[in-house]
Amino acid sequence: MAHAAAMHEDVMLPPPSREAGAGVYNEKLGMWIFLGSEVMFFTALIGTYVILRFAHPSSWKAPGQVLNIPVTAINTFLLICSSVTMVKAFAAAQDGLQRQLRLWLLATVIIGASFVGVQVYEYTHLIEKGFVPSEGLYGSTFYTMTGFHGFHVTMGVICMMFVTARAFQGKYTKDDHRGVEVIGLYWHFVDLVWIILFTIVYLI
Amino acid sequence: MATTATGTAPYTRDHGHVDDRSFLRKYIFSTDHKIIGIQFLLMSLTFLLLGGTLAMVMRWQLGFPGKPLPGGTLLPDTYTSNGVVLPEFYNSAVTMHGTFMVFFAIMPLLVGVFGNYLIPLKIGAPDMAFPRINMASFWTAVPAGLLMLAGFFVEGGSAAAGWTSYAPLSARSDLSGVHLGQIFWCLGLIVLGLSSIMGSFNYITTVINMRAPGMNWFRLPLSIWALFVTACLVLLAIPVLSGAAILLLFDQTIGTKFFEPTAGGQPLLWQHLFWFFGHPEVYILILPAMGMASDIIANGARKPVFGYTSMVLAIIAIGFLGWGVWGHHMFQSGMNPTLGTTFMISTLLISVPSAIKTFNWLGTIWQGNITFHVPMLHALAFVSMFVIGGLSGVFMAASPFDIYIHDTYFIVAHLHYVLFGGSLFAIFAAVTYWYPKMFGRMMSPFWGRVHFWLTLVFYNCVFFPMHQLGLHGHMRRIYDPTQYAFLREVQPVNVFISISAFCLFATQFIFAVNFIASWFTGEKAPNNPWLDNGLEWTVASPPPHGNFGATVPTVYRGPYEYSSPHSDKDYLPQNLPMPGGLGSAHPQQAGD
Repeated sequence: MAHAAAMHEDVMLPPPSREAGAGVYNEKLGMWIFLGSEVMFFTALIGTYVILRFAHPSSWKAPGQVLNIPVTAINTFLLICSSVTMVKAFAAAQDGLQRQLRLWLLATVIIGASFVGVQVYEYTHLIEKGFVPSEGLYGSTFYTMTGFHGFHVTMGVICMMFVTARAFQGKYTKDDHRGVEVIGLYWHFVDLVWIILFTIVYLI
Repeated sequence: MATTATGTAPYTRDHGHVDDRSFLRKYIFSTDHKIIGIQFLLMSLTFLLLGGTLAMVMRWQLGFPGKPLPGGTLLPDTYTSNGVVLPEFYNSAVTMHGTFMVFFAIMPLLVGVFGNYLIPLKIGAPDMAFPRINMASFWTAVPAGLLMLAGFFVEGGSAAAGWTSYAPLSARSDLSGVHLGQIFWCLGLIVLGLSSIMGSFNYITTVINMRAPGMNWFRLPLSIWALFVTACLVLLAIPVLSGAAILLLFDQTIGTKFFEPTAGGQPLLWQHLFWFFGHPEVYILILPAMGMASDIIANGARKPVFGYTSMVLAIIAIGFLGWGVWGHHMFQSGMNPTLGTTFMISTLLISVPSAIKTFNWLGTIWQGNITFHVPMLHALAFVSMFVIGGLSGVFMAASPFDIYIHDTYFIVAHLHYVLFGGSLFAIFAAVTYWYPKMFGRMMSPFWGRVHFWLTLVFYNCVFFPMHQLGLHGHMRRIYDPTQYAFLREVQPVNVFISISAFCLFATQFIFAVNFIASWFTGEKAPNNPWLDNGLEWTVASPPPHGNFGATVPTVYRGPYEYSSPHSDKDYLPQNLPMPGGLGSAHPQQAGD
């Protein structure tokens, strides 16, 4: 990444002739702060889950009895792969490699969309088996937590498609690839949340 | 060079160009923080009026139970019977009064209006960091308000489980008798939450990254410090409320069991989630008021704020301590007594920074050359009323006493002393103070004074006797106090309160007329009518799009240099260079 010492105005840094701020450009700072509020949102959901489950453990079935762990484990692997492709896309953007940037972004979109697809498949099977949100605390917490995560992935995929389209127009250069970095932050956050959710909802 | 969608626009746009945006872009879907602030002002004043009207319905019923409400026959049969308020409508009025006032009047008035209007102007930025997200924030708040209002027009009426919507009453329509109304309540809050979060990360980014050169953290006006800490509280507290409202919505609509005790769900969980949000919310509703009152009191006293650094630290301390006190709303809900004691101690602790602020305000006024302009009057009323509300707060923090007065009118008195006496007086102060900047005209000082004195007198007539009612055991949310033998003897107090409340409500029309009439016929405002030091007073009234044009202001000192011996005037603007190196853009070198 270019540094302040560069001759031209570097948009990846906060604007000059300002009081020193966080040392990063607005979009990146804004995304970090926004993720703070996302953390609190998932904390509310996870906290609710922990409190309800500790108080009433008999509403939960043993792991694997209702939920299909192998399918979701593969899905988790997919999502982790999409974080890797995101990292590769960002690295390509930093180096100004347009073709690689486009391919890695496209890969991220496809893998992310597949994750949502597998989740929809999982939901339809569970509902066929009679495992619905109104079934009890198990169903209530399962669908709320994984559902809101799925919603976040879906939003991420939509934004990622927008970024990918812009990448195909050549809008991200070596000196200015803010969009790629900002969507990457969000994407990694959503991935991280899933690892926590997969552990506490499916495995424990 | 290509830029992203958000681009470098905020820094390079409109340097002295002719403003040729269409009417729609300029006033309706504007990205200008000043226009958005004014839009929030008009929206929230409308909701303030609406919430006030509902309060009048409640006061009529409490003062004159069984008597037909004036104009009550015009309401649908589900609301009144022969003009008499029905219990169901009374419950709706209680609920929606609280909801409108907290979420759609006071909160947007403080955070939406002044967060938007003041932050970029006072820190010397051309606009917010994300102007389009800012616009989206306002245009998300409007549908949220409409969703809340929609409850009045659906079967079963609006939400009626209180503004705190305690489960299972709020979760099960067979208990409250309201189904659609409760759903609209949840939807309204969730959508409003989106608006608040968009606003808050915008404010935080702007304050951190867009301060003018020389505007270091300890030269920020206290209003900006308060709005910054408030934005942090909004950012972290609102998602918890959104989460809770989503769980409640699912309980109501798709049959989840989160708050359903028969299936192992926990009604108490709602209270914890709600108050985990709700207590930071209390400080969201008072911190900006404290910050703006500090600015105005220093201006009115023509003295620097006493103890600026301790003021800042007190704001930050309140911001932290506010997270650890929510249990004091639940002393009566069933709690381990050890935990109750912990919450009692943390609550008593939080009164320390508030007291520091109060003494600093007194220190600011002490031996000042006080100008009693209308904003100053309101700011002084804010301090006095906040002290009363704060002291009754210390009573209630003590759990042995709280158990006695829990859910009585003592609580109603306390919360109105901080929300009306505190926040709303500060809002009146702030609106009258920045009105000339917003609209380019002065409000009438005579009618401003009339409005102030009548409001102060009637306000105290309404809310002070409520302490007495509460100690007498008057419950908080009852439809007809005369049903109870022990309350019949204090019914004359209720009548007195109701008549005072009608006068208080009528008085607000003086403000409304002054506000609207001055917009068209008020005296033209100069750039700096109050002789203030802030950056916003160095530009035209109203400031142009882009605020400071091509010249970014340089800041040499803090905002409270009143009566400085170094200046021949009694004020010293933040951006005025002084000969002899007085003040510096780089204080770490000059030892400012």
